[in-house]
Amino acid sequence: MTRSRTTTEITLVVNGVEHALTVDNRTTLLDAIRDGLALHGTKKGCDLGQCGACTVLLEGRRVVSCLALAVQADGASVLTIEGLAHGDRLHPMQEAFVEMDALQCGYCTPGQILSAVGHLREGRGTEPDQIRESMSGNICRCGAYANIVEAIRLAAGER
Amino acid sequence: MSQVTGTPVSRVDGPAKVTGTARYAAEFAPDGLCHAALVAAPVPAGRILAIRTEAAEAAGGVLAVITHENAPRLPYQPLQTRPPVDPKSGDQLRVFQDDRIWFAGQPVACVVAETAEEAAAAARLVEVDCETARHLLTTFDRGRGETPSRGTAKAGRPPTSGRGDVEAGFSEAAVTIEEEYLQAREHHNAMEPHATIAAWDGDELTLFDKTQWVGNDANEIAHVFGIAKERIRVISPFVGGAFGSALRTWPHVTVAALAARVVSRPVRVELSRRELYAAVGYRPETVQTVRLGADDEGRLVAIEQRATAAVARYEEYSEVTLEPAETAYQCDNVRTHYWLVPMDVNSPCPMRAPGIVTGLWALEAAMDELAEALGMDPLELRLRNMARTDQKKGLPWSSNELETCYRTGAERFGWADRPRPPRARRDGHHLVGTGMATAIYHAERGSAAASATVYANGSAVVRTAASDMGPGTYTSATQIAAEVLGMPVEAVRLDIGDSALPYAPVHGGSITLASVGSAVGAACAKVRDRLDGLGGGSVAEVLRRAGLDSLEESAETGSGEASKSHASSAFGAVFAEVRVDEDLGTVRVTRLAGAYDVGRVVNPKIARSQCIGGMVGGLGMALLEQAEWDPRFGKVMNANLAEYLVPVAADTPDLDVAFVPSEDTVLTPLGAKGLAEVAICGVAPAIASAVHNATGRRFRSLPILPEHILDGQGR
Repeated sequence: MTRSRTTTEITLVVNGVEHALTVDNRTTLLDAIRDGLALHGTKKGCDLGQCGACTVLLEGRRVVSCLALAVQADGASVLTIEGLAHGDRLHPMQEAFVEMDALQCGYCTPGQILSAVGHLREGRGTEPDQIRESMSGNICRCGAYANIVEAIRLAAGER
Repeated sequence: MSQVTGTPVSRVDGPAKVTGTARYAAEFAPDGLCHAALVAAPVPAGRILAIRTEAAEAAGGVLAVITHENAPRLPYQPLQTRPPVDPKSGDQLRVFQDDRIWFAGQPVACVVAETAEEAAAAARLVEVDCETARHLLTTFDRGRGETPSRGTAKAGRPPTSGRGDVEAGFSEAAVTIEEEYLQAREHHNAMEPHATIAAWDGDELTLFDKTQWVGNDANEIAHVFGIAKERIRVISPFVGGAFGSALRTWPHVTVAALAARVVSRPVRVELSRRELYAAVGYRPETVQTVRLGADDEGRLVAIEQRATAAVARYEEYSEVTLEPAETAYQCDNVRTHYWLVPMDVNSPCPMRAPGIVTGLWALEAAMDELAEALGMDPLELRLRNMARTDQKKGLPWSSNELETCYRTGAERFGWADRPRPPRARRDGHHLVGTGMATAIYHAERGSAAASATVYANGSAVVRTAASDMGPGTYTSATQIAAEVLGMPVEAVRLDIGDSALPYAPVHGGSITLASVGSAVGAACAKVRDRLDGLGGGSVAEVLRRAGLDSLEESAETGSGEASKSHASSAFGAVFAEVRVDEDLGTVRVTRLAGAYDVGRVVNPKIARSQCIGGMVGGLGMALLEQAEWDPRFGKVMNANLAEYLVPVAADTPDLDVAFVPSEDTVLTPLGAKGLAEVAICGVAPAIASAVHNATGRRFRSLPILPEHILDGQGR
């Protein structure tokens, strides 16, 4: 087995920037982002699609990037946590997470924030129970959920 | 000096965490980085007969396959004194040094390759032939319990302990209860998987590691490899949660360093979620019996608590499970008994409030049953039995606001409106119930060092080898520094998570703020004194006047004198409301309220986050979390986050946290006692008590699962 037979050249548009990558066919979108593009803000929590830490917006939709192969995302546009702020100006959801202390260790945080942005864009409601339901694919082992709910409400203008 | 501590400063590392720039162990990328994947022992105990590595060696990108047959021999020098994070007796697992298998999942080989995908694929090609031990010890059988060894006993986990005469106490008791309680094996499951990157430069080693103690990590690996600890630098600026799983240095850290030496390149070992269930420790399964005797006014006249916990065969991890029996309540007759059941398992380890939360679960559940037997309100029973002193140590408390916790928590929760009889409240399809429990966790401080440097541009850098796995060390220590230096928080940078920095103790046991905060405060006070000696004024003014670019001082603080004259503890009272659907078996927690005495609160915003996090952890312990163990394979069968359930947003109700006024200047000049552990204590028994109040049924095995409710348990 030679390495060249198991790799593919792909293009990913990440945070508006086009990247040409040669990836091992087995590489997940998550690993392509983390190790291939050195964008470490997207986190690996379980690699099985069970924790939500690797959530990114793929063509505007929330996906767990550990369950997508990089080759499947060829040509697609991906928004990661690094692309959310405008320069030094934080996105309102990022500001709200800091303000409401919706994090502790910070490892699930990028996935929570992107999932929260997706939640609001999808119009899934701003009542606490609606947020809890829609955000339950993102585990926070530090247990910041009560503050995450409030942060999302703050970013949505409900507080 | 303006007041900075005690104010709700937003997390200073918040911007780094919400923008994804905070860097965790696996995210460093030294030049030439390659990747290792582990091969796990397939049987719970036995010997390796042969390892076939040819196919793996021929696979694409593979640089090396390391087994016990070709691994360099490692000295594994004994540590002169065991660090407090290591088990008190036995030997740590030695990586690739012989053919012995101690547990299923033990690393028996590793494949190093150019990419993680190549390493993982090649690792699956390694074939391990084993001889399985004739008698497997894979069942948690309390009948096999052994008394702890002398080393364990000397470290405060004796086979038996207590005071007075329990049998005489029970003979006087008006009411006696005795019940058995179970605590399932729980896993930390921090969101960041454990990972290590090892890079050698000659005989100097750099480790980017997930650890709660950079200093000890360097020391442990130094002993494994027989090199001076000064040659090892451990870098760990951010830790993605740990809850105790990163206190000690696990075998995979040695694998990374060993593999990096073999291939002469930096190597990353990033454990998978599944691997974590055998690669790092867990809260051990524990069965307990509690026997309580009280007089007719509800005063405890005798406490007897027995605990039996699972333990590995190669080393003896033990817990202070029985301390609450000796310290939580006023009682002259106490007896405890402790046993360990050796099993073919990887070693358990501390998990948030180790031992205490387990012992307290059983004690508090029994107190709830005693209250019922006495016909007394559970809160009233606690108030009548508050420990006026620490009777185990025979010392007064350095501070104790537990009574205020009980009264504040009860008022905020609305405890007085509670219908006392079980099954008295029904709302539609649900039975509604409330319960409460006591929280207690000893407070300590360790020796620590810090340096503080101020610059002519009006900024400061404070350095200490502490960690921040989430509780907010970055923020609270920065606040302390800013206040003492008289500078704004934004002008102060805190450098932590690097073994090259001034010494800090372990980031665990709720001691960080009391220990590191004291050292930071002392170093900054020395700087302030020198600035005052130079005529005073703002930092920038003084340095300009003195013609200095910067000024640095360092300080070391000890563990304090308080423990000689006083016992110190954080306290709390936890109240829970649940709704139970007896047709579906579901238990939903609808409210949790806690009132806490944690001494002075340096940052109320972040301290509250710690407490709600503890409540969520306790909710998981009460209703969700357990390793499903298959004794045939000696393995956890639900080693993933879809089947090992942890609380998610939809499980989490409104949470109310109150800090009662408190300041413990006996323990530290700072007045803080620490709160990470006390925040998980008492939650599970409060929930179990609420389930009883809702249903009239006693559930004595955690977690309380739908099948327990449906199959008629507890009737």
